[in-house]
Amino acid sequence: MIEGIFHYEFLQNAFLTGILIGIVAPLLGVFIVVRRLSLIADALSHVTLAGIAASLLIERKFTMLAGLNPLYLGMVFSVGGALFIEKLRGVYKHYQELAIPIILSSGIGLGVIFISLANGFNTDLFSYLFGSVSAVSRTDLWVIFIISIVVISVIIMLYKELFLLSFDEEHAKASGIAAKSIHFIFIVMVALVIAASMRIVGILLVSSLMTLPVAASIRIAKGFKQTIFFSILFGEISVLGGLFSAYYLDLAPGGTIVMISVLILVLTIFYNKFTSAIGGEKQSERI
Amino acid sequence: MILIIKSERVQIMQSIIEIKHLFYRYEKDTVLENINMTIPDGSFLAIVGPNGSGKSTLLKLILGLLKPQKGDIFLFGQEINKFKDWQKIGYVSQKANSFNTGFPATVFEVVASGLTKKLGLFKSFKKEHSNKVNETLDAVGMKGFSNRNIGELSGGQQQRVFIARALVSEPSLLILDEPTVGVDAENVNSFYQMLGELNKNREITLLLVTHDIGTISDKVSHVACLNKHLHFHGETAEFEQLNRDGLSKVYGHDVHLLTHHHEHGGVVK
Repeated sequence: MIEGIFHYEFLQNAFLTGILIGIVAPLLGVFIVVRRLSLIADALSHVTLAGIAASLLIERKFTMLAGLNPLYLGMVFSVGGALFIEKLRGVYKHYQELAIPIILSSGIGLGVIFISLANGFNTDLFSYLFGSVSAVSRTDLWVIFIISIVVISVIIMLYKELFLLSFDEEHAKASGIAAKSIHFIFIVMVALVIAASMRIVGILLVSSLMTLPVAASIRIAKGFKQTIFFSILFGEISVLGGLFSAYYLDLAPGGTIVMISVLILVLTIFYNKFTSAIGGEKQSERI
Repeated sequence: MILIIKSERVQIMQSIIEIKHLFYRYEKDTVLENINMTIPDGSFLAIVGPNGSGKSTLLKLILGLLKPQKGDIFLFGQEINKFKDWQKIGYVSQKANSFNTGFPATVFEVVASGLTKKLGLFKSFKKEHSNKVNETLDAVGMKGFSNRNIGELSGGQQQRVFIARALVSEPSLLILDEPTVGVDAENVNSFYQMLGELNKNREITLLLVTHDIGTISDKVSHVACLNKHLHFHGETAEFEQLNRDGLSKVYGHDVHLLTHHHEHGGVVK
C-alpha cells in the first residue's frame, strides 16, 4: 500500500484527508465531550445525510447538475442544523438536550424522503453511510484541507476563551467573555468538520471519531492540553490504521476506524486499572 | 418592624457598589424589593438570609448576569450598563452547580483561565503570567498542587483553586456565592481565615453570600440581612448587638433563623 500511495491518486487523497481529519475531529471532539455535547455530533451527521441525499436526488433529476459535489450541500445542511440546534436550545432552556433528538430525527426524516423520491440509491449512498477509501476526490481533499487550516487556526486563537467556556460557562459569562459568538463559531466549525469527515468515516460513524479518541484520552491524560494531544494521537492511529486495514481487507473504512478507536479505548481503560492497582492512586473519581 | 441603620463610615469611604431602589422579579414572584445599599471600599461584607431570600439573585444582578426591572446599580461609580472593567471583579460561584469534576484540567490550567479576559482576545500566555498563577496558588495555600487534576482534590481545596482563579487577574472586588458549600466543617474556619487575610493584606473588598452567619460574624466587617427587603445593613458590631437583643429586630420575623446554630456554626436551612 505504501507504494500504492505513490502510484494511485485516490490513495493519496484518502490518506491525506485521513491525516487531516484525524487531527481536527478529535481536536473539536475534546471541547464537545467536556461540555457534554457528544450527541450533537450525531445529530449533525444525520442532518448531513439529508443534505447528501438531497444532492444525489438533484443530481439524478436534473442531469445538468450532475457535477455537483454532494459535500457542499451536506455542509450547508450541517451548518443549518447546527444553527437550528442553537435556536432550539434557546427555546427549550430547561431541556437543552431536547434539541438533539429533534434535529436528529428531522435529519433522518428528510433524508429518507429524498432517498424515496429518488427510488433508492446505489452503492454511492453506501459509501456515504460507511465511508470509502476510493471515494475521496482531489477537490474533496482541497476543501477538507482549507477547513482544517481554518479550524486549527481558530482553535489556537480562541483557545483561552474556549477552555474557560467549556470548563465553566457561568464564570466565562460573568467575566465578560463573548460566550454566544464564540459558541456560535465553534458549532459552525463542528458542522463543517462533520461534513468533511464523512467521506472517510461515513455519516453513521463520524461522531465516533470526535468522541472515542477523547474518551480514551481522558482516562490517561493529565490536564487539558495533554487530553488534546492524546486525543489527536489516538485519532490518527485509528484513521491511519483503519484506512490500511480497510484497503487490505476490502472493508468499509468507517467500520475499521471505529473498531480501532474502540480497541484503544479498551486498552486505556485496562491501562488505567493496571496503573491504579499498582500505584494505588485515587483515579476512581475521574469520569 | 423594619430597621435600616446607616453607618456613618459608609458615607465617608469611597463606594465600590451602589444600589438604588432595586427591584427584581422572576415572572410573578418578586424576589427583591426596593433594595438600597452602598458597599464601601475595603470592607468584608456578608449578605445573609434564608433560602429563597434573593441573595444569589442580588449577586447575579451585581455581576450583570440578570437585568433589574427597576432600579440602578453602580459599579466603581459607573452605571452597570456602561461598566466595562469586568476584570476588576472576581467571582466565585457555588461550585457544585457549575463544575464538572471529571473535567480533564490541571489546577494550573484552571487558575490560568482566570486571566482570559484580562489578556484579551488572541493574546497568548507568557512566563510572567505563569509566575502570577504560581504566586496566587501560594496565596490561597495551594502551592504544590498545580499539576494535579482538579477533580482529584477535596471540596475545600477545589474552592481555594476557584478563589485563586478569581484572584489571579488582581481584582479589587471579590464576590463569593456560598463558598463553603462542599467544604468540610473543620476546614471552614481556616477557609474564612484565608479570606480575612486576603481582605487585609491585599486590600480586596469581599462580598460574600452565605446562610452560615455563626462562623462568619467574627471575620467580616459588615453584615447585610436580606429577605426580599434589606432588613439590616451595617457593621458587624451593631449586628451582634441587635442579635443579642433578639433577631426579630434584624429580620422582622423568623427568630430562630440565625441564633439556633450560632455556637457550632452549622448551616442554617
